[in-house]
Amino acid sequence: MSDTVYFIAFPYLALFAALGGGLYRYYKHRFTYSSVSSQLLENRMLFWGSVPWHYGIILILLAHIVPLVATPFWIWLHADPTRILLLEVIGSAMGFLAILGMAALILRRLFSLKPRHATSIMDWVLLIDLAFQIALGFYITLYYRWGSSWYLFTATPWIRSLAALNPRVDFVNELPPVVQLHFVNGFLVIALIPFTRLGHLFTVPVTYLWRPFQVFIWSRKKNGYNETGGIYGK
Amino acid sequence: MDIRAQVSMVFHLDKCIGCHTCSIACKNIWTPRRGTEYMWWNNVETKPGTGYPTLWEDQGKYRGGWAVHKGKPKLKLQGRAGALANIFFNPYLPTMGDYYEPWTYHYEDLANAPEGDDQPVATPVSEITGRDMEIEAGPNWDDDLSGSYIYAESDPNRLALTPEEREVSFRMERLAFFYLPRICNHCLNPGCLAACPAGAIYKRGMDGIVLVSQDKCRAWRMCISGCPYKKVYYNWATGKSEKCILCYPRQETQQPPACFHACVGRIRYLGLVLYDAKMIEAAASVPDHELVSAHRDIIKDPFDPEVIARAKENGISDHMIKAAQSSPVYKFVKEWRIALPLHPEFRTLPMLFYVPPLLPVTASMKDGIYESTGEFFGSLENLRVPLRYFASLLAGGNEAEVERSFKKLYAVRVYRRAQTAGDISQKEVSRVLEAADTSPEEVEAIYKMSSLASYEERFVMPPFMREAAIEAEEEPSRRKTDAGAGFISKLRRGI
Repeated sequence: MSDTVYFIAFPYLALFAALGGGLYRYYKHRFTYSSVSSQLLENRMLFWGSVPWHYGIILILLAHIVPLVATPFWIWLHADPTRILLLEVIGSAMGFLAILGMAALILRRLFSLKPRHATSIMDWVLLIDLAFQIALGFYITLYYRWGSSWYLFTATPWIRSLAALNPRVDFVNELPPVVQLHFVNGFLVIALIPFTRLGHLFTVPVTYLWRPFQVFIWSRKKNGYNETGGIYGK
Repeated sequence: MDIRAQVSMVFHLDKCIGCHTCSIACKNIWTPRRGTEYMWWNNVETKPGTGYPTLWEDQGKYRGGWAVHKGKPKLKLQGRAGALANIFFNPYLPTMGDYYEPWTYHYEDLANAPEGDDQPVATPVSEITGRDMEIEAGPNWDDDLSGSYIYAESDPNRLALTPEEREVSFRMERLAFFYLPRICNHCLNPGCLAACPAGAIYKRGMDGIVLVSQDKCRAWRMCISGCPYKKVYYNWATGKSEKCILCYPRQETQQPPACFHACVGRIRYLGLVLYDAKMIEAAASVPDHELVSAHRDIIKDPFDPEVIARAKENGISDHMIKAAQSSPVYKFVKEWRIALPLHPEFRTLPMLFYVPPLLPVTASMKDGIYESTGEFFGSLENLRVPLRYFASLLAGGNEAEVERSFKKLYAVRVYRRAQTAGDISQKEVSRVLEAADTSPEEVEAIYKMSSLASYEERFVMPPFMREAAIEAEEEPSRRKTDAGAGFISKLRRGI
C-alpha cells in the first residue's frame, strides 16, 4: 500500500502539480517567472556557488534524463567497461562539484547580509530540499556503486511505466530505503517547480542563439498587428 | 530607405545648474518602490568626475556597447554562445557597491527619543537589510567635486589628455566644471537589447522608446552589462530589469516626460526625428572619428518628399511627420549641428544629444587680485576644460566636431552681446560669425531656441493616437463602453 502511495500516487501528484501549477503560473502570473538573481547584492561568493552548482547539476540532470528517453543509447554506452568507469568517474566529479557549489550557496545565503535579506521562505525550502536530494544522490554514488548501470533496470522502467500510464512498483520497491528516498524526493523537487524560482529551468533562453540583434514591436502597423521586425544580426 | 520615427532628446549643458530636480521628479514617479531604491533612471553627474555607477564609462571594466569585428558591430560583452555560458554568473556585472547601498533614517527616533540633554538624531538604516549602516556612497557622491584628486582625477575621459593638459585642466576645474544629466538614450542600436538572452527588451515601433517587458525578463542580467551607459537597472526584489521608459504614459497624453517637465534650467528639448533604419548597422561600424557624422546621416530631412513618402509607406501618420518637421532636436542636431551624442564610440547610436557647455573663464584671482582675462569670453583653446576632454566625451575623439559646436555657441554670445550691450564691434562680430561658419539668421535662431523657447517649442510631442491603436483588433468605441480606457488584457466575464 505504502509503495503505491510513494511510487505511484505521489509521482503523479507531483507531476500534476508541476505541470498544472507551472502552466497556470505561466499564463496567469508570468511576471513571477524569473531566476531572481541576487548577483547585484553579492558577487564573489556567488561565483564559487552558482558556477559549480549549475554546471555540475546540469550534467547530472542529463545523466538522469538521457537513460529515460534514449535507453538504447545508454545501454550501448554500458557495453564497454571503460565507458562505464568513465561515466561513473565523471558523474562522481560532477556530483562533488554540485555539492561544493550548493554548500557555497547555502553559506552565502546564511552569512552574507544582503542576499539573506532578499531570501524568501520558499527559497529556503528549495535550497534545503535540493541540498538534501544531492546529498542522497552522492551517498548512493559512493555506497551503491555503478548507479549509471542499475538505474537502467530500476528507475528507468519504473518511470517509463509511469509515463505509459501503466505504473509498476516492482522495479523499485525492493531497493534500499536511501535510494527510494532519493526517488521520492526527486518528485518532491519536481512538485516544487511552480511554487519556487525553479521555473527558470524551463525558460533557458536558447532563442538567443538565433534571434535578431535588434527588435521592434509595433502596436499597430499597416501590414499586420503586433509585428515584430528585426533589423540585423539574424 | 526604411524610415522610422524616434522620439529624441537634446540637453543644453550650458544651462544645467545641477539642481537634481529632474532626478527627484523621476524618483518620485517611477522608482520609490522596494528593489528600486538604488535606481536613478535620471541622474546628474559632476564632470569631470567618476559618475554613477562609479566609472560607468570604463568599458574595460564593464564591457558595455559594441566593438567592430570584421566590419560589423559585435557586442563587447560576449557572443551568442557566451551569453548562455555566462548565464550563471555574469563576470562584468556592476554590483551594489558600484552604485551605493540605499538607506533611509530612523525618523521615529526624533519623536520617540527620551528626554535628555542632547538633540535626538535620526541614524541611517539600510533599505536592503533593515540594519543600521554607515553611509559610504550615494548617487551623486562626488557632486561639485571636480578639481578633487579622488573623483575628478579618475574620470576615464582624462585618459585622452596629456599630463600637462591634465594639470592645466585640473587647475581649471577648480574654477569651472559642468553637470551631465543622464537618462536612457533610447539608442538606435541598443546594447541592452542585443545582450538580452530572453529577448525581453524591444524598441516600440511608433516612437523608438526602448522598454523591458516585465513579463519576459528572467533576470539573466546581461542588459545591465550590455548598456555602456549603465542605464538598465536590476530590481533585486522582483528579479526584473527596469529602465527609463521616457514617461511614455505621460507622452501618450501629450505631457513631456517628468524630468523634462521639472527641469528648472529648461535645458531639455524633446522632439521626433525620422531616420533610416537600413543605415544603422553601417553607421555603427565606421571608425571612431567618423561616428558623429555617420550618426547624423541616419537622421533624415523631414521635409524631403522622398523621406515623407517612405515614412508614409511605413505607416507613419501625417501628424507624426508634422511633429518631426517642428522638432527642436532636428534643429540642434542636423541643422545647426551643435548637439552631439554622448560617447558615440560605444556605437549604440544614442538618441539623446548634448550641447556642450562653453565654460569660459572670464577672470581669475592672482595674488588676491581679481583680474579680467581681457577678451570677454576668453579664448576657446585656453582657459577652459580642454577640447580633447569634450572630444572624448561627445565625439569619439573627433575634436573638429566639438570645435564647430563651441565656435557656434561662442558666436551666438558675441552676436547677442553686440546687440544688447553694444560693446563689441561689428567687425569683430563678423569675424566670429565667419570663423564659426554661421550666419546672423542661424545665430538668432539658436539664441531664440536656447533662451526664449516656450514650452510648446521645447517639447514637441508626437501624437501617438493610442486611442486608435486598437482599431486593428476591435471597434474602439465598443471597447471603451465595455471596459473604459486602460485595460490591456482581453475582456471577459469574471476575473
